[in-house]
Amino acid sequence: MAFNLYYYAAPATFYGLAGRLIPWFAWGAAVLAVIGLYIGFFVAPTDFQQGEAYRVIFIHVPAAWMGMFIYLVMAFWSAIGLAFKTRLSFMMARALAPTGALFTFISLWTGALWGKPMWGAWWVWDARLTSTLILLFLYIGIMALWAAIDDRNRGDKAGALLTLIGAVNVPIIYFSVQWWNTLHQGASIKPSGTSMDEIMLTGMLIMAFAAWFYAIAAALTRVRTLILERERHTDWVKRILEP
Amino acid sequence: MQWASWSDFWAMGGYGLYVWGSYLVTFVAIVLEIILLRHGRKDTLKRLRRMRRWEEQ
Repeated sequence: MAFNLYYYAAPATFYGLAGRLIPWFAWGAAVLAVIGLYIGFFVAPTDFQQGEAYRVIFIHVPAAWMGMFIYLVMAFWSAIGLAFKTRLSFMMARALAPTGALFTFISLWTGALWGKPMWGAWWVWDARLTSTLILLFLYIGIMALWAAIDDRNRGDKAGALLTLIGAVNVPIIYFSVQWWNTLHQGASIKPSGTSMDEIMLTGMLIMAFAAWFYAIAAALTRVRTLILERERHTDWVKRILEP
Repeated sequence: MQWASWSDFWAMGGYGLYVWGSYLVTFVAIVLEIILLRHGRKDTLKRLRRMRRWEEQ
């Protein structure tokens, strides 16, 4: 295991590995999304409380999970990068941020469109929504910081530090529905079980896997570009660049 | 099957605007990211090749 890890942690080998993995994750995401949407729209029944409006859940919850999860993965790579100065770690963090921001935006957007018919408001300043908005601003702030610092190593470190500080926000988002009074409904899935109808849950989980696969494919695509850029003086990249 | 007809499907029990507004924007956002990712890779390759020719001269 350790051998493999070091082997693939080298940008040159990881570039090739990522290139082989991307089509699998991309097609996996597409197939899962088709199955998930089919279940979501044609198999899952109408909700007895929310009618058809609840069908937003099949993107809202997976997107919200991915927004938080990608941030945690970014924080993980930032910590590894700061601790061990591994080149690939910082590139992974940079590659993940835009996709994390995208999913957070989707969760806010779909939340607004779900909130309007259910709560009568597009937006309320409660803990869950506000902390999720802060998550989006964190993503944007970290990306702006990277863009603003010309020195790559300093940018990596500054971004990693901000990512780690911002990580406290993720548990706040997750537990906000328990800690504070809110319009937002509680977690649909808890360690003690779920309150959801089984087929609705199945559709939502399949969509969550689709989002997960998509995020992996997107981040790997982005990290390959970063690797080329940063390793451009090495022989193996020069060989790729040969016409 | 939940729907009596296509118009029934698009209406989403009166919540069409909210449901389809969610799905449409999500779809557009993801397609946009895929386009940007492709462009990013192509542009980087082009730029690095140009830099390389420059350095060789």
